[in-house]
Amino acid sequence: MLSLFQYRLPELHNMLHSKEISVSELTEQSLAAIAERDGKVHAFLTLNEEGARASARTLDDKLASGAARGLLFGLPAGIKDNIVTKGLRTTCASQFLSNFQPIYDATVVSKLRQADAVTIGKLNMDEFAMGGSNENSSFGPVRNPWDLERVPGGSSGGSAAAVAAGEVLFALGSDTGGSIRQPASYCGVVGLKPTYGLVSRYGLVAFASSLDQIGPITRNVEDSAYVLQAIAGYDAQDSTSAKVDIPDYLSSLTGDISGLRIAVPKEYIGEGVDASIRDKVLSALKVLEDLGAVWEEVSLPHTEYAVAAYYLLASSEASSNLARFDGVRYGTRVDDGGGLLDLYHNSRSQGFGAEVKRRIMLGTYALSSGYYDAYYLKAQKVRTLIKQDFDEVFKKYDVVIGPTAPTTAFKLGSQTEDPLTMYLNDILTIPVSLAGIPAVSIPCGFAEGLPVGLQIIGKEFDESTVLRVAHAFEQNTDYHRECPQL
Amino acid sequence: MAKYETVIGLEVHVELHTKSKIFCGCSTEFGAPPNTHTCPVCLGHPGVLPVLNRQAVEYAMKAAMALNCTIGDVSKFDRKNYFYPDSPKAYQISQYDQPIGLNGWIDIEVNGETKRIGITRLHLEEDAGKLTHVDGGFASLVDFNRVGTPLIEIVSEPDLRSPEEARAYLEKIRAIMQYCDVSDVKMEEGSMRCDANISLRPEGQAEFGIRAELKNMNSFRGVLRGLEYEQFRQGEILDDGGIVIQETRRWDEAQGKTLSMRGKEEAHDYRYFPDPDLIVLHIDDAWKESIRATIPELPDARQSRYTDQYGLTAYDAGVLTSSKPLADFFEGSLAFTKDAKAVANWMMGDLLAYLNGGGLELSQVKITPQGLGEMIGLISGGTISSKIAKTVFKEMLESGKLPAAIVEEKGLVQISDEGAIKQIVEAVVAGNPQSVEDYKAGKQKAIGFLVGQVMKESKGKANPGLVNTLLAEVLNS
Repeated sequence: MLSLFQYRLPELHNMLHSKEISVSELTEQSLAAIAERDGKVHAFLTLNEEGARASARTLDDKLASGAARGLLFGLPAGIKDNIVTKGLRTTCASQFLSNFQPIYDATVVSKLRQADAVTIGKLNMDEFAMGGSNENSSFGPVRNPWDLERVPGGSSGGSAAAVAAGEVLFALGSDTGGSIRQPASYCGVVGLKPTYGLVSRYGLVAFASSLDQIGPITRNVEDSAYVLQAIAGYDAQDSTSAKVDIPDYLSSLTGDISGLRIAVPKEYIGEGVDASIRDKVLSALKVLEDLGAVWEEVSLPHTEYAVAAYYLLASSEASSNLARFDGVRYGTRVDDGGGLLDLYHNSRSQGFGAEVKRRIMLGTYALSSGYYDAYYLKAQKVRTLIKQDFDEVFKKYDVVIGPTAPTTAFKLGSQTEDPLTMYLNDILTIPVSLAGIPAVSIPCGFAEGLPVGLQIIGKEFDESTVLRVAHAFEQNTDYHRECPQL
Repeated sequence: MAKYETVIGLEVHVELHTKSKIFCGCSTEFGAPPNTHTCPVCLGHPGVLPVLNRQAVEYAMKAAMALNCTIGDVSKFDRKNYFYPDSPKAYQISQYDQPIGLNGWIDIEVNGETKRIGITRLHLEEDAGKLTHVDGGFASLVDFNRVGTPLIEIVSEPDLRSPEEARAYLEKIRAIMQYCDVSDVKMEEGSMRCDANISLRPEGQAEFGIRAELKNMNSFRGVLRGLEYEQFRQGEILDDGGIVIQETRRWDEAQGKTLSMRGKEEAHDYRYFPDPDLIVLHIDDAWKESIRATIPELPDARQSRYTDQYGLTAYDAGVLTSSKPLADFFEGSLAFTKDAKAVANWMMGDLLAYLNGGGLELSQVKITPQGLGEMIGLISGGTISSKIAKTVFKEMLESGKLPAAIVEEKGLVQISDEGAIKQIVEAVVAGNPQSVEDYKAGKQKAIGFLVGQVMKESKGKANPGLVNTLLAEVLNS
């Protein structure tokens, strides 16, 4: 049986073109892989079997007719369950939306369809994208394909695990403070968080609107460039989407990084980062050095304030974004006849999980009259300082490189009692989110059999350089070829 | 009762009559079946994002400029968070600290005195849906057609000193919005709404007293009555040595009084913060000037032009310019007659009496400016008498026909034929010997009776001037 993850996207395209395989066969392979493995991994919340088979047939007709094919023609895709799909259950991994059927498609979903991708199903996640371990799913956690006792990371844990387990060729995730990069790191796959505004957020159920960004999770950098190409671009339905020219990302994958100037923040390889991770990062830097790049240690002095600022800002926005889940129009309604306030209290108390409630309360508090200046406003100022840290570094360097996460994947249940420790897992991804700049996590080795992620951070809208560096590294290493044994 | 000074500030909401809603493409049309003008965006479905309607911004800018506000170079939108079923996102997109307009003013006139009222701010926001409570209170129905209709909120300084001033202010705001053509400003349909803050203080005291916020005044009369009641209620409390409670009160039209809605402790903390889904609005000078250029002549300017150019009294000019349709009608008529005073008199008299009597808007009657102008021509040309004109005018109100046609159709042409009138005069004189005798005995009143008889015989069509002349001739012959 063909294993999807043996092939890169252009290779599959060649096979489709030469009629070695059909789209329907590819789709069945994906569904079969899910049937075989997802009982262990639990990456999928909803399968789109009928819909996927129908689009596969349509695409096979298209293939036969010789009509022009989209960029992601025939490729099985998984979509994180906070991206709305018309008529296909979208739960955000929350009890609140356990039966919610959206009445419209997210812009990225329309773009995937235009690119001729096949939507296989909806992927598990932390409830409303709040969490870094996928243990906050209302429907049970995702397990890391590399070690089923361990978490896949979060919140896009289902997206990373589904790709790592070879269930789909690529997945869409969303990243607010590291939710694409950290699970990509834990699962040994490629996760790209684009610049804020590059990919439309229309149809992404908002967690923290000023930080949320959709991006691809793939097995290699080239595939990431393909998917990004398909989903990037201005959307009139998203006022925060940027009117920038979209470059040809594939043509940036030249393999040439000679003269590249790399900054390595001392805060990213210092205390709090596992020694084994630091070693892998330093080895990776050596690989890049050998390819003609130069690196120097720099400082991003406000890094230590990033987590605190992030949890204030993201939770503040979340407290408002999640207010619409009130039991009045859709989702869970718990009505015991006690009137409007009871309806609100009961629906929200029973519909939301503990972490979601914790952040709603934190955000509500931070925005309250009398506290706004001390919390929300101050956090905004920290955000500006963090952005300035990066601006300063990017005056002299092309990319910033460090680890994606301070540790490898941890064991399920090991941190659930301690939200603060859990929050610190995002310490290396959050500053990038606050600055709104792009970053990719790629596999750069293994520590005790678990994948380690290398984070490559670029200038605003300079995904091309980020991908070029990642690709050059990948071309000279084999980590991305390693597969978990399931 | 001790002497108190009343202090009032008004918050006026005006719905902008854009074609589509402020953050989505749905129609804003009034009166459609419930929940037919909705989409995922205005229903607040998960994942949707707002896209600002440029026309709404431009209407708000125009309104702000007409109210003499300063337009900031930067304006932004904020979320006002509160749970209520009429608000599908559980927050309203509004403007908190950087509204479209700041520091404006308008002049109002009360009892012949002009007074300047400050306007603190004008901001743009979205309207909420409409709740209908089912009889018995077992359920409430929500109509989201209105949700997302663009609104401006105009906040006055606490410069108003009486309910009458508040009413005059409200009427002036309505007129200005109407002139700017940014809203239908109909209080009855809810396209203009008003909340008030009112407090009393002993005369001469500098600090304001404790205020009540007054809601649910759904007509100009409601505003006046609600404020009068509240002024009375607070006065009584103060007279008794009591303290007014800071609270929100509701005007109950049926009971004719204000009732407590919620106290200060229950006031919402709206947790305003900048809406991260919308980008900051930059308003450059070129944009400002292009909007400023669209502002028409406003009521005050028009009023003084009517007194200067047409010699109207300030009062008449004020009434005629208080509503744009009235003023436009006035000027429209002047294309058909030069006699501006006559036009003003007919409008101030017969027209307004008819409208007020029936509780009608000008748009609900059929008379045209051409009709009034031409009718005045017919009077001055002697074709019809002023008396007949009243009949013609009424017919025009109801049918919209032109006066010449009405006169023709109903045979209302004035009889100016001396011979014909003389025949009637002679017959009346012959038939009323007693009155003739009374007249000759010096009773001047008798001539009035005889004139009346002649007019009656002629079915009102005899030229009154000729009747007088000929009657005098016959009687004195």
